[in-house]
Amino acid sequence: MTFDLNAIALSVGAGAAAGLVGCFAVMRRMTLAADAISHIALPGIGLAILLRIHPIVGGVAALLVGTLLVWGIENRTRLATETIIGVVFSTALAIGSLITSGDELIEALFGGVGRLTTLETTLGLVFALGVIGFIVWQRHRLVLSLVSPEIAHTSGINVARLNLYFLLVFALTIALGLRYLGVLLVGSLVIIPAATAKRLAQSLHGMLLISVFFSVASTTLGTGLSFTLHRAPGSMIVLVAAGFFVLSLLRRAGRRAASANASK
Amino acid sequence: MQEIDPPILHCCAKPRADKPDDRVECKQMGSSVEARPVALEVKSLSVGFDTTTVIDRLSFDVPHGSALAIIGPNGAGKSVLVKALIGSLPSEGKFSWEANTRIGYVPQKLDIERDLPITGGDFLRAKAAVVRAAEGAVDNALVLVGLKPESARKPIGALSGGQFQRLLVAAALIGQPTVLLLDEPTAGVDEPGQDTLNHTLERLRRERGLTILFISHDLSVVYQYATNVLCLSRGHTCFGAPRTVLTPQLLQDLYGAPVAYHIHDDVRP
Repeated sequence: MTFDLNAIALSVGAGAAAGLVGCFAVMRRMTLAADAISHIALPGIGLAILLRIHPIVGGVAALLVGTLLVWGIENRTRLATETIIGVVFSTALAIGSLITSGDELIEALFGGVGRLTTLETTLGLVFALGVIGFIVWQRHRLVLSLVSPEIAHTSGINVARLNLYFLLVFALTIALGLRYLGVLLVGSLVIIPAATAKRLAQSLHGMLLISVFFSVASTTLGTGLSFTLHRAPGSMIVLVAAGFFVLSLLRRAGRRAASANASK
Repeated sequence: MQEIDPPILHCCAKPRADKPDDRVECKQMGSSVEARPVALEVKSLSVGFDTTTVIDRLSFDVPHGSALAIIGPNGAGKSVLVKALIGSLPSEGKFSWEANTRIGYVPQKLDIERDLPITGGDFLRAKAAVVRAAEGAVDNALVLVGLKPESARKPIGALSGGQFQRLLVAAALIGQPTVLLLDEPTAGVDEPGQDTLNHTLERLRRERGLTILFISHDLSVVYQYATNVLCLSRGHTCFGAPRTVLTPQLLQDLYGAPVAYHIHDDVRP
C-alpha cells in the first residue's frame, strides 16, 4: 500500500468530528450506545452489496433508519435508551450477518483497506465539517440539556428535537469512520479519545480540545502506521487511541499522588 | 378569592373558633389580590402516571409579584406539580402563564457525575447563550447568589451540595426571568447561606416584581416569605395566606402527624 493523501485528509476530518461528538456521547453516558448504534450499519452494508451499490450508502441509510427507530421508540415508551439500542442492534447484527457473507462480512466488520476516490474523500470531508459545525454551534444547548433536561426546556430548548439531531449527527460520525474502522471498531473512535479527554480535562472547552487532539492523533498516526506496517488501518487507529487512554490513566494517578503529597 | 373546586379545602372555608379574625383577613387579602394581574392560573389540573393520580383537579391562582410556597409531605406531588407547570410532564385540565412569561427553574437534586469536566462557568455561560442574556449576566448572577468566581471555575461535580444549589439558582436568574420555580432551592445550603439566598430572592421579588413559586419543608421560611401557601397531600389540599394555613390542626391533617411548628404571636407582622 502506498501513501494516500485522501486517506490522511479524511482521517483528520473524521478524527476531529469523532472527537467532538464523542465528548457529548461520553458525558451523556452513551458509551455502550456508540458501539451498539454502529452495528445497525451492518444490514445496510449487506443489502448494498447484494444490490451492487456502494456499501457505505447502505450503511448510512441503515444508520439513519436505526437512529430514527431508536429515537421514536424512546419518545413513545418509557424504556431506557440502552434497552432499546440493545434490542435494535442485536436484531440488526443478526439480519446483517444473514445477508452478508465471507470476505465482505469481515471487511464490513473490521474495515476495508481499499483506496479512497476523490469523491468519497470530498463527501467525507463535507460531512465531517457538518458534524464539527453542529457540535460547535449547539454546544451550549447540549450542555444545558445534559445537566438538566428541565432547565433546558424552560430555557426554550426543544429537548426531544435536540436529542434527535444529536443522534443523527452521531450516526453520521459513525458513518464517516465506517469505511476505515468497520462496524465493530468505529464506535471506539468516537468513545476512546473522548474518554481520555474526560479524564484529563477540567472544563468543557478543555475536554473538546483534548478530545479532538487525541482523536486526530489516533486517526493520522494509525493510518500512517498501517501504511508502514502493512496492516488494516482500523486496528492500528483503535490501538493508538487505546494507548493514549492507558497513558491518561497514569497521568491522572500521578496527579492524585502529587496533590496527596502536597496536602501532607 | 376565586372559586375553588370541591376537593380543595378553601382557606377561608373553616374559620377556627379561636381565631375568628382569619376569615376577615383572608377576604381582605383576596380583594387586594384580585386587583393585581395573575401570573399563573391553574384550573382543575390533574397529573398522573399510568394508573395513579398524583395531582387531582387542583385549582389556584398566583398573583403577579407574589410568592407561593408549596408544602406537603414527601410523595404528595410537589415536584410533579412544578414539572407539570413547566410543561415537562403531561397533565390534564388547564393552566396558563401570563403573556411573555420567562421561567427560571431550579430542579430538585440533580444526578451529576463527579468527574464531569463542565465547570460552573461553562454551565452558566451555556444558559446565558441559550437565552441570549446580556453581557455580564453570568457575573451578576454569581454575585447575587454569593458564589465566588473561583467556585465557578471548578467542575460542577466537585462543588459542595450548597455551592451547587447556589449555582442552580444563579442559572435560574440568568435571562431576566419573570417567574422563578424553585424546588427546594436552599436544600444543602448552610444556615447563614440559606438566609442570604432567601433574602436575595425576596429582594428580587420586590424590586423586579418577580413571581416566585417555591417548594419548601422549612415552615419558618414559608411563614416569613410566602404570600400564599398551597399545601398538597392526598385528601388534604388547601390554599391561603400562611397565617390561615399554617395552623397546628391543618398541619397535622397535612402531614398526618403533629408538627412541632406553631406561629408565635410575636413573629406576626
